[in-house]
Amino acid sequence: MNTESLGTIFLNAALVNNFVLAYFLGICPFLGVSGKMETATKMGGAVTFVMIISSMCAYGIHSLLVAINAPFLQLISYIVVIASTVQLVEMFIKKISPALFKSLGIFLPLITTNCAILAVALFQTSKGYGFLQSVVYSLGAGAGFMLALVLIAGIREQLNFAEVPSISKGTALTLFIAGILSLCFMGFAGLGA
Amino acid sequence: MSSDKQKVTSTDEFIKGLWRDNPVFVQVLGMCPTLAVTNTAENAFAMGLATAFVLLMSNILVSLLRNFVPKQVRIASYILIIATFVTVTDYAIQAISVELHKSLGAFISLIVVNCLILSRAEAFASKNTVGRSILDALGMGLGFTFALFCLGAVREILGNGSIFNMPIFPEGYQSWIVMILPAGGFFTLAAWLLVINKVQTRKAKS
Amino acid sequence: MSEASNIEMQNPANSKKMLLAMVGIGIISAFLIVMSFELTLPRVTRLKAEALEKAIFEVLPGTVRTQAYGVNTNGELIELAEGDKPEITLYAGYTSEGNLVGYAIEASGQGYADIIRILYGYDPAKQTIIGFQVLESKETPGLGDKIAKDERFQNNFNALDVSISKDGQLRNKVITVKQGQKQHEWEIDGITGATISSRAVGNIIGESTSNVVPVLHEYFKKESNE
Repeated sequence: MNTESLGTIFLNAALVNNFVLAYFLGICPFLGVSGKMETATKMGGAVTFVMIISSMCAYGIHSLLVAINAPFLQLISYIVVIASTVQLVEMFIKKISPALFKSLGIFLPLITTNCAILAVALFQTSKGYGFLQSVVYSLGAGAGFMLALVLIAGIREQLNFAEVPSISKGTALTLFIAGILSLCFMGFAGLGA
Repeated sequence: MSSDKQKVTSTDEFIKGLWRDNPVFVQVLGMCPTLAVTNTAENAFAMGLATAFVLLMSNILVSLLRNFVPKQVRIASYILIIATFVTVTDYAIQAISVELHKSLGAFISLIVVNCLILSRAEAFASKNTVGRSILDALGMGLGFTFALFCLGAVREILGNGSIFNMPIFPEGYQSWIVMILPAGGFFTLAAWLLVINKVQTRKAKS
Repeated sequence: MSEASNIEMQNPANSKKMLLAMVGIGIISAFLIVMSFELTLPRVTRLKAEALEKAIFEVLPGTVRTQAYGVNTNGELIELAEGDKPEITLYAGYTSEGNLVGYAIEASGQGYADIIRILYGYDPAKQTIIGFQVLESKETPGLGDKIAKDERFQNNFNALDVSISKDGQLRNKVITVKQGQKQHEWEIDGITGATISSRAVGNIIGESTSNVVPVLHEYFKKESNE
């Protein structure tokens, strides 16, 4: 059982060990949709939402697997449950709010293969968090993901008007920016200590 | 992808993953493990091999079952197959070295969501014979390992002054700590992409 | 989604095939996973035990045999049976003649980047800490990770005072001071450039010793009187 306070967990997940900038998780959507501020915000919101739900599910599955003593099924059940959760969420949003579905729609299938979601489930298990701790952890991870995405999107929007060498256009440039941001985020280290 | 299947020779199937369609440098796929565990050459190499193994096994099984699995559930079944082999690999690595397993940590499990593997299953193994799928997986897997190794080697040499834990610089070398930090991962990959872009634009010109 | 259900309706045999395929793959998966788990389990357990034993030998020099103990919720030392999960796990180390070398105690706490897990050796006869090792940390390479490598820092733990006063508590709580300012035997000389990490180690040991050492001391006194 882990006894970290909820505030520490949130700060650690969002800033100190930012999922994108310190663990390199969720890079694929990070490179793909960080071109525009608006899409970045929406994607960040969608990921945070799915993260919280799948974190709760993962907590339930883990308790169940411990009860029946089958740790080797962990990965396979996590991935199946997360994939089906995303499907369910997609159908649910479609039914409840077609407007929201329209703006989020294309991102939801992308989220299934977002490693950050699975990573939240795996990390919270290996750290031994309780239910509330897990939820706060996923909230922090989602907030951190969104923060990184929005920051990069803002910088990239400005950079559209800059003249850069032709070979550095696209992915390479985004990676350089991410590297510099990652250095900045190192300044947050020690916050949780 | 390989639209002209008939014309492609077997050797070409193998070679393409190594350089022309290198998963990391050219297709920019499977980034999460690419960056997180490439702080030393050893970790990078181990991660590359683990991914290549999962890729090979899942390609074989997907290709064997390609006429058996209905279209609607194919993605679900691929994920199931991949997750199975990742779990197997996870236990295998633990049995080889607990130390290595600790330094790779959760990133072994995260091979599951490596877009490279799913995309090879969907784009290649589900449409081709077992033999060709094996060649494809070997090529892509080795290409992936090679790319990871390039990243890991650069980061370890500059950041730690060593390669495979063997010091290569004379005493007093001031190591670039930033290269081992997460930021170094971004910078190294970006630098490699610049090199590859440069080579390709030059080739296109001539 | 709608496309899939349309096809399903046109062809009822298809859904049966789908089910069959998924069940088939499920069976193959289950078989492979369970087989690899069963095959690797003995070796993994052995390797893990060996790694732990190596760490214990490191912090308790001269040890050849170990025995796991736990501290229960009443603050008593108990011998561990298989499958027990006490609040604190510790290991007694014995020489080849069967004499007690000391106890190796596991502890963890928040460091600069993430949780730091350590193991330290306690000698009840001398009432000092006699060894220290970092089991797991993600501290910044080149700076914070000096807590695991720096020789001067490691030397702090060759004889760190954790003596017990008359009231049964620690006389002085272990604490990390700035590099070069160590004056007392219960102080840890910190590392410049790894201030927070070395302070975290001090806090972890301070916290853990004030919980565990009084219990061990009591137990040791009783044992040696008998």
